[in-house]
Amino acid sequence: MSARGLAGALVFVAALLVPVLGSRFYTFLANDVIIWALFATSLNLLVGYTGLVSFGHAAYFGVGAYVTGILMKKLAVPFFLAWPAAGIFGAACALVFGFFCVRLTRIYFAMLTLAFAQIVWAICFKWNELTGGEQGMPEIPYPDFGWLERAGASVPLLSWRTAEYFYFLTVVLVAASLWALHRIVSSPFGRMLTTIRENAERAEFIGVNVRRYELAAFVLAGAFAGLAGGLFGIFNRGVFPDFAYWTKSSEVLIMTLLGGMGTFLGPSIGALVLILLNQQIVSYTQYWPLVLGTVLVVLLFGFPGGIAGAVGVLSGRLFRRARRA
Amino acid sequence: MPDASFVFAQSLSGLTAAMFLFLIASGLSLIFGVLRVLNFAHGTFYMLGAYLAYQFMLWLGPGPGLFWIAALGAALGIALLGGVVERVLFRHLYGKEELYQLLFTYALGLILSDAAKIVWGTQQKSVSRPPELTGSFMLFGTTIPQYNLFIIVLGPSIALAFWFVLQRTRAGRFIRAAALDRETLGALGVNVSALYTGVFMLASFLGGLGGALISPMRATTPGMDTEVIVEAFVVVVIGGLGFSIFAVFALMAAVLIIRPWGLLGRPLR
Repeated sequence: MSARGLAGALVFVAALLVPVLGSRFYTFLANDVIIWALFATSLNLLVGYTGLVSFGHAAYFGVGAYVTGILMKKLAVPFFLAWPAAGIFGAACALVFGFFCVRLTRIYFAMLTLAFAQIVWAICFKWNELTGGEQGMPEIPYPDFGWLERAGASVPLLSWRTAEYFYFLTVVLVAASLWALHRIVSSPFGRMLTTIRENAERAEFIGVNVRRYELAAFVLAGAFAGLAGGLFGIFNRGVFPDFAYWTKSSEVLIMTLLGGMGTFLGPSIGALVLILLNQQIVSYTQYWPLVLGTVLVVLLFGFPGGIAGAVGVLSGRLFRRARRA
Repeated sequence: MPDASFVFAQSLSGLTAAMFLFLIASGLSLIFGVLRVLNFAHGTFYMLGAYLAYQFMLWLGPGPGLFWIAALGAALGIALLGGVVERVLFRHLYGKEELYQLLFTYALGLILSDAAKIVWGTQQKSVSRPPELTGSFMLFGTTIPQYNLFIIVLGPSIALAFWFVLQRTRAGRFIRAAALDRETLGALGVNVSALYTGVFMLASFLGGLGGALISPMRATTPGMDTEVIVEAFVVVVIGGLGFSIFAVFALMAAVLIIRPWGLLGRPLR
Protein backbone atom coordinates (compact mmCIF):
# COMPACT_ATOMS: atom_id res chain seq x y z
CA MET A 1 0.00 0.00 0.00
CA SER A 2 1.30 3.41 -0.92
CA ALA A 3 1.84 6.16 1.62
CA ARG A 4 -1.18 8.03 0.30
CA GLY A 5 -3.38 4.96 0.51
CA LEU A 6 -2.18 4.37 4.05
CA ALA A 7 -2.98 7.95 5.01
CA GLY A 8 -6.41 7.59 3.48
CA ALA A 9 -7.05 4.39 5.38
CA LEU A 10 -5.93 6.06 8.61
CA VAL A 11 -8.32 8.97 8.09
CA PHE A 12 -11.09 6.50 7.34
CA VAL A 13 -10.46 4.55 10.55
CA ALA A 14 -10.15 7.77 12.55
CA ALA A 15 -13.50 8.93 11.15
CA LEU A 16 -15.10 5.63 12.17
CA LEU A 17 -13.75 6.05 15.68
CA VAL A 18 -15.35 9.47 16.27
CA PRO A 19 -18.57 8.12 17.84
CA VAL A 20 -16.54 5.68 19.95
CA LEU A 21 -14.19 8.26 21.40
CA GLY A 22 -16.09 11.51 21.07
CA SER A 23 -19.46 12.76 22.17
CA ARG A 24 -22.67 12.92 20.18
CA PHE A 25 -21.86 16.50 19.35
CA TYR A 26 -18.57 15.57 17.74
CA THR A 27 -20.28 12.85 15.73
CA PHE A 28 -22.72 15.47 14.49
CA LEU A 29 -19.91 17.83 13.51
CA ALA A 30 -17.93 15.06 11.85
CA ASN A 31 -20.97 14.03 9.85
CA ASP A 32 -21.40 17.60 8.65
CA VAL A 33 -17.72 17.85 7.69
CA ILE A 34 -17.71 14.56 5.81
CA ILE A 35 -20.71 15.39 3.65
CA TRP A 36 -19.38 18.86 2.86
CA ALA A 37 -16.01 17.31 2.04
CA LEU A 38 -17.66 15.23 -0.68
CA PHE A 39 -19.57 18.25 -1.96
CA ALA A 40 -16.43 20.41 -2.08
CA THR A 41 -14.36 17.65 -3.70
CA SER A 42 -16.96 17.28 -6.42
CA LEU A 43 -16.71 21.01 -7.09
CA ASN A 44 -12.94 20.73 -7.17
CA LEU A 45 -13.23 18.38 -10.13
CA LEU A 46 -14.54 21.39 -12.03
CA VAL A 47 -12.77 24.36 -10.48
CA GLY A 48 -9.47 22.80 -9.53
CA TYR A 49 -8.93 20.13 -12.15
CA THR A 50 -10.76 21.37 -15.23
CA GLY A 51 -10.47 25.09 -14.57
CA LEU A 52 -14.19 25.76 -14.86
CA VAL A 53 -15.39 28.19 -12.21
CA SER A 54 -18.91 27.06 -11.38
CA PHE A 55 -20.85 29.49 -9.27
CA GLY A 56 -23.93 27.33 -9.19
CA HIS A 57 -22.80 24.00 -7.83
CA ALA A 58 -25.44 24.11 -5.11
CA ALA A 59 -28.04 23.34 -7.80
CA TYR A 60 -26.98 19.69 -8.02
CA PHE A 61 -26.57 19.43 -4.26
CA GLY A 62 -30.12 20.72 -3.89
CA VAL A 63 -31.48 18.42 -6.57
CA GLY A 64 -29.87 15.43 -4.89
CA ALA A 65 -31.24 16.42 -1.50
CA TYR A 66 -34.77 16.83 -2.86
CA VAL A 67 -34.67 13.61 -4.86
CA THR A 68 -33.59 11.49 -1.91
CA GLY A 69 -35.90 13.39 0.41
CA ILE A 70 -38.98 13.05 -1.77
CA LEU A 71 -38.31 9.40 -2.57
CA MET A 72 -37.77 8.44 1.06
CA LYS A 73 -40.42 10.58 2.69
CA LYS A 74 -43.27 10.62 0.20
CA LEU A 75 -42.77 7.35 -1.65
CA ALA A 76 -41.10 5.34 1.12
CA VAL A 77 -38.37 4.17 -1.24
CA PRO A 78 -35.53 2.45 0.65
CA PHE A 79 -32.28 4.36 1.04
CA PHE A 80 -30.18 2.05 -1.13
CA LEU A 81 -32.32 3.08 -4.11
CA ALA A 82 -33.09 6.68 -3.10
CA TRP A 83 -29.45 7.63 -2.59
CA PRO A 84 -28.12 6.55 -6.01
CA ALA A 85 -31.15 8.28 -7.50
CA ALA A 86 -29.78 11.55 -6.08
CA GLY A 87 -26.59 11.00 -8.04
CA ILE A 88 -28.48 10.09 -11.20
CA PHE A 89 -30.74 13.14 -11.02
CA GLY A 90 -27.80 15.37 -10.15
CA ALA A 91 -25.97 14.05 -13.21
CA ALA A 92 -29.04 14.43 -15.45
CA CYS A 93 -29.51 18.02 -14.34
CA ALA A 94 -25.82 18.72 -14.85
CA LEU A 95 -26.04 17.20 -18.32
CA VAL A 96 -28.85 19.53 -19.37
CA PHE A 97 -27.37 22.67 -17.80
CA GLY A 98 -23.79 21.74 -18.65
CA PHE A 99 -24.70 21.35 -22.30
CA PHE A 100 -25.28 25.10 -22.42
CA CYS A 101 -22.65 26.13 -19.88
CA VAL A 102 -19.61 24.53 -21.52
CA ARG A 103 -20.33 26.58 -24.63
CA LEU A 104 -19.37 29.67 -22.65
CA THR A 105 -16.00 30.46 -21.17
CA ARG A 106 -14.64 31.99 -17.99
CA ILE A 107 -16.82 34.63 -16.39
CA TYR A 108 -19.75 33.89 -18.70
CA PHE A 109 -19.58 30.25 -17.68
CA ALA A 110 -19.74 31.29 -14.02
CA MET A 111 -22.74 33.52 -14.69
CA LEU A 112 -24.69 30.88 -16.55
CA THR A 113 -24.09 28.26 -13.87
CA LEU A 114 -25.31 30.82 -11.35
CA ALA A 115 -28.40 31.52 -13.43
CA PHE A 116 -29.27 27.83 -13.74
CA ALA A 117 -28.77 27.31 -10.02
CA GLN A 118 -31.17 30.16 -9.34
CA ILE A 119 -33.71 28.51 -11.61
CA VAL A 120 -33.41 25.30 -9.59
CA TRP A 121 -33.79 27.32 -6.41
CA ALA A 122 -36.87 29.10 -7.76
CA ILE A 123 -38.46 25.77 -8.71
CA CYS A 124 -37.79 24.33 -5.26
CA PHE A 125 -39.14 27.53 -3.72
CA LYS A 126 -42.35 27.69 -5.73
CA TRP A 127 -43.41 24.11 -6.40
CA ASN A 128 -45.39 23.63 -3.21
CA GLU A 129 -46.93 20.27 -4.12
CA LEU A 130 -43.65 18.53 -4.77
CA THR A 131 -41.02 20.30 -2.70
CA GLY A 132 -43.02 21.89 0.08
CA GLY A 133 -42.13 25.32 -1.28
CA GLU A 134 -40.74 27.93 1.06
CA GLN A 135 -41.30 25.74 4.11
CA GLY A 136 -39.17 22.96 2.68
CA MET A 137 -39.62 19.35 3.59
CA PRO A 138 -38.97 18.53 7.24
CA GLU A 139 -38.73 15.09 8.82
CA ILE A 140 -36.89 13.15 6.18
CA PRO A 141 -36.66 9.63 7.62
CA TYR A 142 -33.36 7.96 8.40
CA PRO A 143 -32.50 4.89 6.37
CA ASP A 144 -33.87 1.70 7.95
CA PHE A 145 -31.23 0.23 10.23
CA GLY A 146 -33.71 -2.21 11.78
CA TRP A 147 -31.70 -5.41 11.60
CA LEU A 148 -28.47 -3.64 12.52
CA GLU A 149 -30.07 -2.04 15.54
CA ARG A 150 -31.57 -5.32 16.65
CA ALA A 151 -28.24 -7.07 16.18
CA GLY A 152 -26.38 -4.25 17.91
CA ALA A 153 -28.74 -4.14 20.87
CA SER A 154 -27.67 -7.63 21.93
CA VAL A 155 -23.97 -6.70 21.92
CA PRO A 156 -23.16 -4.30 24.78
CA LEU A 157 -20.53 -2.10 23.07
CA LEU A 158 -22.24 -1.88 19.70
CA SER A 159 -25.60 -0.39 20.53
CA TRP A 160 -25.75 2.95 18.80
CA ARG A 161 -28.50 5.43 18.12
CA THR A 162 -29.88 5.76 14.60
CA ALA A 163 -27.96 9.00 14.06
CA GLU A 164 -24.72 7.16 14.76
CA TYR A 165 -25.57 4.32 12.42
CA PHE A 166 -26.23 6.94 9.81
CA TYR A 167 -22.85 8.46 10.58
CA PHE A 168 -21.09 5.14 9.96
CA LEU A 169 -23.02 4.73 6.74
CA THR A 170 -22.01 8.24 5.65
CA VAL A 171 -18.36 7.57 6.36
CA VAL A 172 -18.41 4.41 4.26
CA LEU A 173 -20.36 5.93 1.38
CA VAL A 174 -18.33 9.14 1.28
CA ALA A 175 -15.09 7.17 1.46
CA ALA A 176 -16.24 5.09 -1.51
CA SER A 177 -17.25 8.23 -3.42
CA LEU A 178 -13.94 9.96 -2.68
CA TRP A 179 -12.09 6.86 -3.77
CA ALA A 180 -14.03 6.89 -7.03
CA LEU A 181 -13.28 10.59 -7.49
CA HIS A 182 -9.63 9.95 -6.84
CA ARG A 183 -9.62 7.21 -9.47
CA ILE A 184 -11.24 9.65 -11.87
CA VAL A 185 -8.72 12.45 -11.41
CA SER A 186 -5.73 10.13 -11.65
CA SER A 187 -7.07 8.33 -14.72
CA PRO A 188 -6.05 9.37 -18.26
CA PHE A 189 -9.41 11.12 -18.41
CA GLY A 190 -8.54 13.15 -15.31
CA ARG A 191 -5.11 14.02 -16.72
CA MET A 192 -6.80 15.28 -19.84
CA LEU A 193 -8.98 17.55 -17.70
CA THR A 194 -5.84 19.04 -16.19
CA THR A 195 -4.43 19.52 -19.67
CA ILE A 196 -7.57 21.42 -20.61
CA ARG A 197 -7.21 23.59 -17.52
CA GLU A 198 -3.63 24.41 -18.37
CA ASN A 199 -4.17 25.08 -22.04
CA ALA A 200 -7.48 24.34 -23.68
CA GLU A 201 -6.27 25.51 -27.07
CA ARG A 202 -3.36 23.12 -27.10
CA ALA A 203 -5.63 20.29 -26.01
CA GLU A 204 -7.81 21.11 -28.97
CA PHE A 205 -4.76 20.95 -31.24
CA ILE A 206 -3.87 17.42 -30.22
CA GLY A 207 -7.36 16.32 -31.18
CA VAL A 208 -9.21 16.43 -27.87
CA ASN A 209 -12.86 17.35 -27.95
CA VAL A 210 -12.55 19.92 -25.19
CA ARG A 211 -16.26 20.64 -24.82
CA ARG A 212 -17.13 17.00 -24.48
CA TYR A 213 -14.47 16.50 -21.80
CA GLU A 214 -15.70 19.58 -19.96
CA LEU A 215 -19.26 18.36 -20.16
CA ALA A 216 -18.22 14.95 -18.84
CA ALA A 217 -16.46 16.63 -15.91
CA PHE A 218 -19.53 18.78 -15.31
CA VAL A 219 -21.83 15.75 -15.25
CA LEU A 220 -19.54 13.82 -12.92
CA ALA A 221 -19.26 16.79 -10.58
CA GLY A 222 -23.06 17.12 -10.64
CA ALA A 223 -23.49 13.44 -9.84
CA PHE A 224 -21.23 13.55 -6.78
CA ALA A 225 -22.74 16.83 -5.62
CA GLY A 226 -26.14 15.12 -5.90
CA LEU A 227 -24.91 12.22 -3.79
CA ALA A 228 -23.61 14.66 -1.17
CA GLY A 229 -26.95 16.45 -1.20
CA GLY A 230 -28.83 13.18 -0.76
CA LEU A 231 -26.85 12.44 2.39
CA PHE A 232 -27.13 16.00 3.65
CA GLY A 233 -30.92 16.08 3.45
CA ILE A 234 -31.14 13.04 5.72
CA PHE A 235 -28.42 14.33 8.02
CA ASN A 236 -30.14 17.72 8.27
CA ARG A 237 -33.50 16.02 8.97
CA GLY A 238 -35.06 18.12 6.26
CA VAL A 239 -34.59 19.61 2.82
CA PHE A 240 -35.01 23.33 2.21
CA PRO A 241 -34.88 25.56 -0.87
CA ASP A 242 -31.80 27.39 0.34
CA PHE A 243 -29.80 24.19 -0.33
CA ALA A 244 -29.79 25.40 -3.93
CA TYR A 245 -29.44 29.13 -3.20
CA TRP A 246 -26.43 30.95 -4.59
CA THR A 247 -24.97 31.60 -1.15
CA LYS A 248 -24.54 27.80 -0.76
CA SER A 249 -22.63 27.74 -4.04
CA SER A 250 -20.28 30.40 -2.75
CA GLU A 251 -19.88 28.60 0.58
CA VAL A 252 -18.65 25.44 -1.11
CA LEU A 253 -16.43 27.49 -3.40
CA ILE A 254 -14.85 29.12 -0.34
CA MET A 255 -14.20 25.69 1.19
CA THR A 256 -12.52 24.54 -1.98
CA LEU A 257 -10.39 27.65 -2.16
CA LEU A 258 -9.56 27.59 1.54
CA GLY A 259 -8.32 24.02 1.40
CA GLY A 260 -6.53 24.45 -1.89
CA MET A 261 -7.86 24.04 -5.39
CA GLY A 262 -6.44 21.35 -7.61
CA THR A 263 -5.14 19.27 -4.74
CA PHE A 264 -7.24 16.23 -4.05
CA LEU A 265 -7.50 16.56 -0.29
CA GLY A 266 -7.63 20.36 -0.24
CA PRO A 267 -11.42 20.73 -0.36
CA SER A 268 -11.88 18.20 2.43
CA ILE A 269 -9.42 20.11 4.59
CA GLY A 270 -11.25 23.29 3.68
CA ALA A 271 -14.57 21.76 4.74
CA LEU A 272 -13.06 20.61 8.03
CA VAL A 273 -11.44 23.95 8.83
CA LEU A 274 -14.39 26.07 7.81
CA ILE A 275 -16.97 24.05 9.76
CA LEU A 276 -14.82 23.88 12.88
CA LEU A 277 -14.05 27.59 12.60
CA ASN A 278 -17.73 28.38 12.17
CA GLN A 279 -18.60 26.30 15.20
CA GLN A 280 -15.95 28.08 17.30
CA ILE A 281 -16.72 31.59 16.09
CA VAL A 282 -20.47 31.27 16.46
CA SER A 283 -20.05 30.59 20.18
CA TYR A 284 -18.28 33.95 20.55
CA THR A 285 -20.04 36.24 18.16
CA GLN A 286 -23.02 36.39 15.85
CA TYR A 287 -20.93 38.07 13.18
CA TRP A 288 -19.75 34.93 11.41
CA PRO A 289 -20.03 36.44 7.90
CA LEU A 290 -17.70 39.22 8.96
CA VAL A 291 -15.10 36.68 10.09
CA LEU A 292 -15.62 34.57 6.98
CA GLY A 293 -15.24 37.60 4.73
CA THR A 294 -12.05 38.64 6.49
CA VAL A 295 -10.61 35.13 6.27
CA LEU A 296 -11.46 35.10 2.59
CA VAL A 297 -9.79 38.45 1.91
CA VAL A 298 -6.62 37.37 3.73
CA LEU A 299 -6.70 34.11 1.77
CA LEU A 300 -7.15 35.81 -1.58
CA PHE A 301 -4.38 38.30 -1.05
CA GLY A 302 -2.00 36.23 1.03
CA PHE A 303 -2.47 32.55 0.28
CA PRO A 304 -4.15 32.04 -3.07
CA GLY A 305 -3.13 28.37 -2.96
CA GLY A 306 -5.20 27.74 0.16
CA ILE A 307 -4.09 25.66 3.11
CA ALA A 308 -2.80 22.79 1.00
CA GLY A 309 -0.90 25.25 -1.18
CA ALA A 310 0.64 27.03 1.79
CA VAL A 311 1.68 23.73 3.38
CA GLY A 312 3.13 22.63 0.06
CA VAL A 313 5.19 25.81 -0.30
CA LEU A 314 6.32 25.66 3.31
CA SER A 315 7.33 22.00 3.19
CA GLY A 316 9.07 22.58 -0.13
CA ARG A 317 11.10 25.37 1.44
CA LEU A 318 11.98 23.25 4.45
CA PHE A 319 12.92 20.35 2.23
CA ARG A 320 15.23 22.52 0.15
CA ARG A 321 16.82 23.99 3.24
CA ALA A 322 17.37 20.51 4.64
CA ARG A 323 19.04 19.43 1.44
CA ARG A 324 21.29 22.45 1.35
CA ALA A 325 22.45 21.88 4.92
CA MET B 1 -60.50 38.27 -15.72
CA PRO B 2 -59.13 40.84 -13.29
CA ASP B 3 -60.51 44.31 -13.83
CA ALA B 4 -58.56 46.87 -15.79
CA SER B 5 -57.76 49.27 -12.98
CA PHE B 6 -56.20 46.44 -10.99
CA VAL B 7 -54.01 45.45 -13.91
CA PHE B 8 -53.05 49.08 -14.34
CA ALA B 9 -52.09 49.45 -10.70
CA GLN B 10 -50.10 46.23 -10.81
CA SER B 11 -48.21 47.22 -13.92
CA LEU B 12 -47.38 50.59 -12.37
CA SER B 13 -45.98 48.99 -9.25
CA GLY B 14 -44.06 46.56 -11.44
CA LEU B 15 -42.68 49.48 -13.40
CA THR B 16 -41.57 51.24 -10.21
CA ALA B 17 -39.74 48.13 -9.05
CA ALA B 18 -38.23 47.80 -12.51
CA MET B 19 -36.79 51.31 -12.25
CA PHE B 20 -34.95 50.40 -9.06
CA LEU B 21 -33.64 47.25 -10.64
CA PHE B 22 -32.50 49.33 -13.56
CA LEU B 23 -30.55 51.67 -11.28
CA ILE B 24 -28.81 48.78 -9.60
CA ALA B 25 -28.29 46.77 -12.75
CA SER B 26 -26.84 49.70 -14.66
CA GLY B 27 -24.08 50.09 -12.08
CA LEU B 28 -23.46 46.37 -12.09
CA SER B 29 -23.33 46.25 -15.84
CA LEU B 30 -20.97 49.23 -15.95
CA ILE B 31 -18.48 47.45 -13.71
CA PHE B 32 -18.94 44.23 -15.62
CA GLY B 33 -18.53 45.87 -18.99
CA VAL B 34 -15.42 47.87 -18.15
CA LEU B 35 -13.69 45.99 -15.36
CA ARG B 36 -14.87 42.51 -16.42
CA VAL B 37 -15.84 41.65 -12.88
CA LEU B 38 -19.10 40.45 -11.41
CA ASN B 39 -19.47 42.64 -8.38
CA PHE B 40 -21.30 40.68 -5.72
CA ALA B 41 -20.79 43.57 -3.31
CA HIS B 42 -22.97 45.78 -5.46
CA GLY B 43 -26.10 44.59 -3.67
CA THR B 44 -24.46 45.53 -0.40
CA PHE B 45 -23.68 48.99 -1.74
CA TYR B 46 -27.36 49.33 -2.52
CA MET B 47 -28.30 48.26 0.99
CA LEU B 48 -25.74 50.61 2.54
CA GLY B 49 -27.19 53.43 0.43
CA ALA B 50 -30.54 52.82 2.09
CA TYR B 51 -28.99 52.72 5.56
CA LEU B 52 -27.00 55.88 4.93
CA ALA B 53 -30.11 57.70 3.74
CA TYR B 54 -31.85 56.61 6.94
CA GLN B 55 -28.93 57.82 9.01
CA PHE B 56 -28.75 61.20 7.29
CA MET B 57 -32.48 61.66 7.72
CA LEU B 58 -32.06 60.90 11.40
CA TRP B 59 -29.46 63.64 11.67
CA LEU B 60 -31.21 66.16 9.47
CA GLY B 61 -34.68 65.59 10.86
CA PRO B 62 -37.87 66.04 8.89
CA GLY B 63 -38.18 69.06 6.69
CA PRO B 64 -38.78 70.10 3.12
CA GLY B 65 -36.00 69.25 0.73
CA LEU B 66 -33.94 67.42 3.30
CA PHE B 67 -34.69 63.96 1.91
CA TRP B 68 -33.01 64.87 -1.35
CA ILE B 69 -29.91 66.02 0.46
CA ALA B 70 -29.88 62.78 2.43
CA ALA B 71 -30.33 60.65 -0.68
CA LEU B 72 -27.62 62.47 -2.58
CA GLY B 73 -25.33 62.35 0.44
CA ALA B 74 -25.89 58.62 0.77
CA ALA B 75 -25.13 58.02 -2.90
CA LEU B 76 -21.98 60.14 -2.68
CA GLY B 77 -20.93 58.30 0.47
CA ILE B 78 -21.28 54.98 -1.31
CA ALA B 79 -19.36 56.33 -4.31
CA LEU B 80 -16.56 57.31 -1.96
CA LEU B 81 -16.62 53.88 -0.35
CA GLY B 82 -16.47 52.27 -3.78
CA GLY B 83 -13.52 54.44 -4.75
CA VAL B 84 -11.58 53.56 -1.61
CA VAL B 85 -12.27 49.83 -2.05
CA GLU B 86 -11.14 49.95 -5.66
CA ARG B 87 -7.97 51.91 -4.90
CA VAL B 88 -6.87 50.01 -1.84
CA LEU B 89 -7.88 46.42 -2.52
CA PHE B 90 -9.62 45.65 -5.73
CA ARG B 91 -6.96 46.81 -8.13
CA HIS B 92 -4.55 44.18 -6.91
CA LEU B 93 -6.80 41.50 -8.36
CA TYR B 94 -7.08 42.75 -11.93
CA GLY B 95 -4.46 40.42 -13.38
CA LYS B 96 -5.66 37.41 -11.40
CA GLU B 97 -8.21 34.74 -12.21
CA GLU B 98 -11.91 35.56 -12.24
CA LEU B 99 -12.50 33.28 -9.31
CA TYR B 100 -10.40 35.47 -7.02
CA GLN B 101 -12.14 38.63 -8.15
CA LEU B 102 -15.54 37.00 -7.77
CA LEU B 103 -14.80 35.74 -4.28
CA PHE B 104 -13.25 39.04 -3.27
CA THR B 105 -16.41 40.94 -4.11
CA TYR B 106 -18.38 38.27 -2.26
CA ALA B 107 -16.15 38.64 0.80
CA LEU B 108 -16.51 42.39 0.62
CA GLY B 109 -20.27 41.98 0.59
CA LEU B 110 -20.14 39.73 3.66
CA ILE B 111 -17.94 42.14 5.58
CA LEU B 112 -19.89 45.26 4.70
CA SER B 113 -23.31 43.76 5.34
CA ASP B 114 -22.19 42.51 8.75
CA ALA B 115 -20.72 45.91 9.47
CA ALA B 116 -24.12 47.38 8.64
CA LYS B 117 -25.66 44.93 11.09
CA ILE B 118 -23.24 46.08 13.79
CA VAL B 119 -24.00 49.75 13.18
CA TRP B 120 -27.75 49.65 12.53
CA GLY B 121 -28.85 46.39 14.15
CA THR B 122 -31.21 43.86 12.66
CA GLN B 123 -34.42 45.84 13.09
CA GLN B 124 -36.19 47.30 10.11
CA LYS B 125 -35.46 50.93 9.40
CA SER B 126 -37.86 53.09 7.50
CA VAL B 127 -37.62 56.55 6.09
CA SER B 128 -40.70 58.69 5.63
CA ARG B 129 -41.49 60.00 2.18
CA PRO B 130 -40.23 63.45 1.28
CA PRO B 131 -42.95 65.99 2.15
CA GLU B 132 -43.00 67.26 -1.43
CA LEU B 133 -44.20 63.91 -2.70
CA THR B 134 -46.43 62.49 0.02
CA GLY B 135 -49.60 63.02 -1.94
CA SER B 136 -51.23 60.76 -4.44
CA PHE B 137 -53.72 61.09 -7.23
CA MET B 138 -56.28 59.01 -9.00
CA LEU B 139 -55.79 57.63 -12.47
CA PHE B 140 -58.01 55.04 -14.14
CA GLY B 141 -59.66 54.34 -10.82
CA THR B 142 -56.46 53.59 -8.91
CA THR B 143 -54.51 55.63 -6.42
CA ILE B 144 -50.95 56.33 -7.46
CA PRO B 145 -48.55 57.77 -4.90
CA GLN B 146 -46.66 60.73 -6.26
CA TYR B 147 -43.40 59.19 -5.14
CA ASN B 148 -43.92 56.14 -7.38
CA LEU B 149 -44.57 58.41 -10.32
CA PHE B 150 -41.41 60.34 -9.52
CA ILE B 151 -39.44 57.08 -9.62
CA ILE B 152 -41.02 56.08 -12.90
CA VAL B 153 -39.98 59.41 -14.39
CA LEU B 154 -36.57 59.37 -12.77
CA GLY B 155 -35.58 55.95 -14.15
CA PRO B 156 -35.69 56.90 -17.83
CA SER B 157 -34.11 60.27 -17.05
CA ILE B 158 -31.14 58.56 -15.49
CA ALA B 159 -31.01 56.14 -18.39
CA LEU B 160 -30.98 59.10 -20.78
CA ALA B 161 -28.27 60.90 -18.82
CA PHE B 162 -26.29 57.67 -18.73
CA TRP B 163 -26.63 57.26 -22.46
CA PHE B 164 -25.62 60.86 -23.05
CA VAL B 165 -22.50 60.58 -20.91
CA LEU B 166 -21.44 57.33 -22.53
CA GLN B 167 -22.15 58.28 -26.11
CA ARG B 168 -21.56 61.99 -26.29
CA THR B 169 -18.83 62.95 -23.84
CA ARG B 170 -15.11 62.44 -23.82
CA ALA B 171 -15.19 60.48 -20.56
CA GLY B 172 -17.89 58.26 -22.02
CA ARG B 173 -15.74 57.54 -25.05
CA PHE B 174 -12.90 56.50 -22.78
CA ILE B 175 -15.19 54.24 -20.80
CA ARG B 176 -16.42 52.55 -23.96
CA ALA B 177 -12.88 52.22 -25.21
CA ALA B 178 -11.77 50.67 -21.92
CA ALA B 179 -14.53 48.10 -22.25
CA LEU B 180 -13.20 47.12 -25.66
CA ASP B 181 -9.46 47.18 -25.13
CA ARG B 182 -7.93 48.52 -22.00
CA GLU B 183 -4.32 48.02 -23.08
CA THR B 184 -4.59 49.98 -26.27
CA LEU B 185 -6.36 52.75 -24.41
CA GLY B 186 -3.52 52.87 -21.92
CA ALA B 187 -0.98 52.89 -24.73
CA LEU B 188 -2.75 55.92 -26.18
CA GLY B 189 -1.94 57.84 -23.04
CA VAL B 190 -5.20 57.60 -21.13
CA ASN B 191 -4.86 57.06 -17.41
CA VAL B 192 -6.74 53.75 -17.31
CA SER B 193 -6.16 53.22 -13.63
CA ALA B 194 -7.88 56.50 -12.74
CA LEU B 195 -10.61 55.69 -15.23
CA TYR B 196 -11.27 52.39 -13.47
CA THR B 197 -11.56 54.13 -10.13
CA GLY B 198 -13.96 56.60 -11.69
CA VAL B 199 -16.08 53.84 -13.22
CA PHE B 200 -16.20 51.96 -9.94
CA MET B 201 -17.26 55.14 -8.13
CA LEU B 202 -19.93 55.96 -10.69
CA ALA B 203 -21.32 52.43 -10.47
CA SER B 204 -21.29 52.54 -6.68
CA PHE B 205 -23.03 55.92 -6.83
CA LEU B 206 -25.85 54.40 -8.88
CA GLY B 207 -26.17 51.46 -6.50
CA GLY B 208 -26.19 53.73 -3.47
CA LEU B 209 -28.72 56.05 -5.09
CA GLY B 210 -31.01 53.09 -5.79
CA GLY B 211 -30.85 52.10 -2.12
CA ALA B 212 -31.41 55.65 -0.88
CA LEU B 213 -34.40 56.18 -3.13
CA ILE B 214 -36.04 52.89 -2.24
CA SER B 215 -35.80 53.55 1.49
CA PRO B 216 -39.09 55.52 1.69
CA MET B 217 -40.91 52.70 -0.12
CA ARG B 218 -39.58 49.55 1.44
CA ALA B 219 -38.21 48.96 4.91
CA THR B 220 -34.45 48.66 5.02
CA THR B 221 -33.44 45.29 6.44
CA PRO B 222 -30.33 43.14 6.53
CA GLY B 223 -30.53 40.59 3.74
CA MET B 224 -31.94 42.93 1.15
CA ASP B 225 -28.55 42.81 -0.56
CA THR B 226 -28.48 39.09 -1.34
CA GLU B 227 -31.99 39.24 -2.73
CA VAL B 228 -31.44 42.12 -5.08
CA ILE B 229 -28.08 41.13 -6.47
CA VAL B 230 -29.24 38.03 -8.29
CA GLU B 231 -32.24 39.83 -9.75
CA ALA B 232 -29.86 42.50 -10.97
CA PHE B 233 -27.62 39.84 -12.52
CA VAL B 234 -30.57 38.54 -14.44
CA VAL B 235 -31.19 42.02 -15.78
CA VAL B 236 -27.55 42.47 -16.72
CA VAL B 237 -27.49 39.14 -18.53
CA ILE B 238 -30.70 39.68 -20.41
CA GLY B 239 -29.99 43.34 -21.10
CA GLY B 240 -26.82 42.45 -22.94
CA LEU B 241 -23.40 42.70 -21.46
CA GLY B 242 -22.67 46.27 -22.24
CA PHE B 243 -24.52 49.39 -21.50
CA SER B 244 -27.26 50.50 -23.74
CA ILE B 245 -30.70 51.95 -23.61
CA PHE B 246 -31.88 48.46 -24.51
CA ALA B 247 -31.26 47.44 -20.92
CA VAL B 248 -34.42 49.30 -20.00
CA PHE B 249 -36.53 47.43 -22.51
CA ALA B 250 -34.92 44.12 -21.80
CA LEU B 251 -35.57 44.83 -18.17
CA MET B 252 -39.26 45.25 -18.77
CA ALA B 253 -39.27 42.09 -20.85
CA ALA B 254 -37.48 40.29 -18.05
CA VAL B 255 -39.95 41.49 -15.49
CA LEU B 256 -42.78 40.46 -17.77
CA ILE B 257 -41.33 37.04 -18.42
CA ILE B 258 -40.27 36.21 -14.90
CA ARG B 259 -42.81 38.00 -12.76
CA PRO B 260 -45.66 39.31 -14.88
CA TRP B 261 -47.48 40.34 -11.74
CA GLY B 262 -44.72 42.76 -10.83
CA LEU B 263 -41.81 42.35 -8.51
CA LEU B 264 -43.63 43.52 -5.42
CA GLY B 265 -46.91 41.79 -6.17
CA ARG B 266 -48.26 38.33 -5.59
CA PRO B 267 -49.31 35.94 -8.33
CA LEU B 268 -52.98 35.87 -9.22
CA ARG B 269 -54.67 32.60 -8.55
